[in-house]
Amino acid sequence: MSIKKHVKLGLSALALSVSMHSAAAEDPIKVGILHSLSGTMAISETVLKDTVEMLIEQQNEKGGVLGRELEAVVVDPASDWPLFAEKARELLAQEKVDVIFGNWTSVSRKSVLPVVEELNGLLFYPVQYEGEESSENVFYTGAAPNQQAIPAVNYLMNEIGVERWVLAGTDYVYPRTTNKILETYLKDHGVADEDIMVNYTPFGHSDWQNIVSDIKSFGSAGKKTAVVSTINGDANVPFYRELGNQGISASDIPVVAFSVGEQELSGIDTGPLVGHLAAWNYFMSVDTDANWDFIDAWIDYKGDDTVVTNDPMEAHYIGFNMYIEAVKKAGTTDVDEVKDAIVGVSVPNLTGGYATMMPNHHITKPVLIGEIQDNGQFSVVWETPSTVAGDAWSDFLPGSRDMIADWRKPMFCGTFNTATGSCGASSGEMAAEAE
Amino acid sequence: MSIIRRSLTSLLIALACLVSVPAMAQEDPGKALLVNLAEAPSSRVEEAINAIVDSGDERARGWLEAYGNNRLSRIKDTGQVVLVLNNRGRDWEIADPLTGENLGEMSRRELDRVAINNAIRGKLEGIMAMLDLNAADPDVREASARDMMGKVDAALVAPLEARLEKEESAAVRDRIEAALAIYRVEQGDIEAVEVLAGSLHPRARAALNNAAASDNSQLAEAANKALASIEQKLKINKAAETLYFGLSMGSVLVLAAIGLAITFGVMGVINMAHGELIMLGAYTTWGVQQLLPGQPGLALLLSIPAGFLVAAIAGIIIERSVIQHLKGRPLETLLATFGISLILQQLVRTVISPQNRTVVTPEWMSGSVVINDALSLTLNRLYVMAFALIVFAALMMIMRRTRLGLDVRAVTQNRAMARSMGIKATKVDILTFALGSGVAGLAGVALSQLTNVGPNLGQNYIIDSFMVVVFGGVGNLWGTLIAGLSLGTINQLLEPWAGAVLAKIIVLVFIILFIQKRPKGLFPQKGRAAEN
Repeated sequence: MSIKKHVKLGLSALALSVSMHSAAAEDPIKVGILHSLSGTMAISETVLKDTVEMLIEQQNEKGGVLGRELEAVVVDPASDWPLFAEKARELLAQEKVDVIFGNWTSVSRKSVLPVVEELNGLLFYPVQYEGEESSENVFYTGAAPNQQAIPAVNYLMNEIGVERWVLAGTDYVYPRTTNKILETYLKDHGVADEDIMVNYTPFGHSDWQNIVSDIKSFGSAGKKTAVVSTINGDANVPFYRELGNQGISASDIPVVAFSVGEQELSGIDTGPLVGHLAAWNYFMSVDTDANWDFIDAWIDYKGDDTVVTNDPMEAHYIGFNMYIEAVKKAGTTDVDEVKDAIVGVSVPNLTGGYATMMPNHHITKPVLIGEIQDNGQFSVVWETPSTVAGDAWSDFLPGSRDMIADWRKPMFCGTFNTATGSCGASSGEMAAEAE
Repeated sequence: MSIIRRSLTSLLIALACLVSVPAMAQEDPGKALLVNLAEAPSSRVEEAINAIVDSGDERARGWLEAYGNNRLSRIKDTGQVVLVLNNRGRDWEIADPLTGENLGEMSRRELDRVAINNAIRGKLEGIMAMLDLNAADPDVREASARDMMGKVDAALVAPLEARLEKEESAAVRDRIEAALAIYRVEQGDIEAVEVLAGSLHPRARAALNNAAASDNSQLAEAANKALASIEQKLKINKAAETLYFGLSMGSVLVLAAIGLAITFGVMGVINMAHGELIMLGAYTTWGVQQLLPGQPGLALLLSIPAGFLVAAIAGIIIERSVIQHLKGRPLETLLATFGISLILQQLVRTVISPQNRTVVTPEWMSGSVVINDALSLTLNRLYVMAFALIVFAALMMIMRRTRLGLDVRAVTQNRAMARSMGIKATKVDILTFALGSGVAGLAGVALSQLTNVGPNLGQNYIIDSFMVVVFGGVGNLWGTLIAGLSLGTINQLLEPWAGAVLAKIIVLVFIILFIQKRPKGLFPQKGRAAEN
């Protein structure tokens, strides 16, 4: 009897494992991860690779999607921009992945763009960027300038009363485009030429003495002064350190940064920086249950109590969930059908609201302004009353003003010029041409 | 009977009173004040702060300081206001702000921070400075009076004037007068302009600039006059400041390059992994700090020998395993050491982390020496400057005064001859390379205080190092010192005028042109040794 029972149990266990095995054996959904794991950008991008892997693991625990498991395919483009294109080709042509999560710098995205358009892939791009782009195959889950830079400047102008502006940035495409947009915007709002100071520094700049001293004297002209910083990467650490050493406090000259998040602050003693600002669509300190659960899962995944979360991680969280929803809605992972299904999909974000995929492949996001605290976290001091939809083509640049993007039929165009009524070259073609 | 009952009742009432009086006394007035602050909407926060100040409570300053530092939180469930002692990681250590009693750890999820923003923090700084004006230490009073500049509002004028009456220290009096004058100039008082005439403080200048732009022509004229005198002084200070910036950048270049001056300059080895040896020194500093938590100063001092050793040992390994086999083949040495540099970078990324590491700056190295309101010298750079000079002097000593130095010079001038005189050339090679690498490690220890400690640290300095050595003259330590300091100064002189990117380019072009004219650098080697 008892033997019989055992045999029965064993058989049913076997059957179960076979059936599970067959479910898993049905082709898994392949998720390509295209983030640098070595080279300069490894500092920012490795975290995003881990994030996507964690999200895949969580989804598989829930039983995958459409009864299929998800499987990560990780490649390392090594912070080498042309290699990004090659690796993207490898993912799409050889590995036949269904979707790619990847890229950080704009230049790497521009390098990948012609490839994903040619091979008709799907790319979720999680970082705030300069806009002026909308591709059929790319979903921009980071902020466009109107979701970060413009609201931050509005906050400084209206809430703090800033009248004099320092636009400081690293010398490459994102800061230059953003600052061009901001300059036009400020001048439209009556700021005089002599009240704007623009400064560019190379990547990894470490000697900030002179620039900080200039900012200090620029700020003693009588009008309330603020620094809008698009300084990228680890150059921020010596910059902030110099600010602290030269005694510029946030109540004198606040610095609002667009590229400094929890990750960047974790490499630095934030004591002297308390009160300086950052504008993002997510902060780790946001007090919602969804966020705390995400943080706890992340801590457990990394096995380290002190790890931080940041804005691009949330962007991947949103992008990943949007993809899952779109696949469910389309009932297939076929690229064209997912592309059609995803427009209009809404998923919860981590700050207590919802993110919706807009027809221009950008998403809706709340804009938060946070002040740096002494533990490397931000405390939210202001936020937009509702979410803001990402604008692919800025209203503050000549030539871009008349452009719109709408990937719904019948328009189905990322570069539609409302003045001429025609659709221009695709973003991928433009990027290929620029090379 | 009824009398007894009545007296019993009154006794009971009296007893109840006795019990309730201490019970009422136990209700700390501070609790209400803090809850009031925590619950105040942003428009009424100032009122709540003032209530705390006016209460005259001894603990008020501590509370306000904690509030200003984002250290006041409420427990979500109970509404109790607590002091956050440690706000890192998942669980935060909290204490009772009323009694100071440690309440243990609590998940950050259960705590709700009492909100503060820059506007309130600015006001708070003014109020705290006002509280500090009564401190016994005149230095504290002066610092707080300096903080008051530009933060005086109508409410603070009367207490400040009262303080001025009592104040004995002349320095503090000057500060208070200046702080009051800024307020008065803002209100359109012409006489107050006089007080600010000599002040170099940015907020004084800001107030004068505003006055100069005002409609009141008399006031504007007076302000312009005062500004003119300030501008003159500022120019001198600005020049001194630029010179300091230049020398400090120069000393960083000297530090980074001087190890290379030995390996490349003296031995003739093109070591592209020099930058990574610097990086190893910086990582050693981080490592030592991890071993000695809470003592960043001691750790930094200990990392000086440790950084030297780690980099020197790494240097010996590189020399033995690769460079010695490529003697006399500079192109292959260059490629091989470049490979080593990539290996070391990726090694650090894989073994430690691709993320930058935090190296703590000890207390005595943060901040700056204030010469006057317009000129202050940042301490960390001052220390690095001194360190660079000490390292340079020590190296000179070794090269000039020790047996090793003599051997090194002999081997580099004529290897065959030195060997026939009984000098072990191989041993000298190893020691020289170890010395050069060790000095690179020292540079790393110093750089960890100025820049990011990460896998890319070395890359940022390798080009600059070669530039300095070539410009100074290969094989000449003095040349490296002069070249480093002058390139730093030129760069900083150009920077305000040309911008950081262009300044770098101009310096590079300048060096290329210079090398065309004088291929052997500033201080070429002379004598027979220079011929080959």
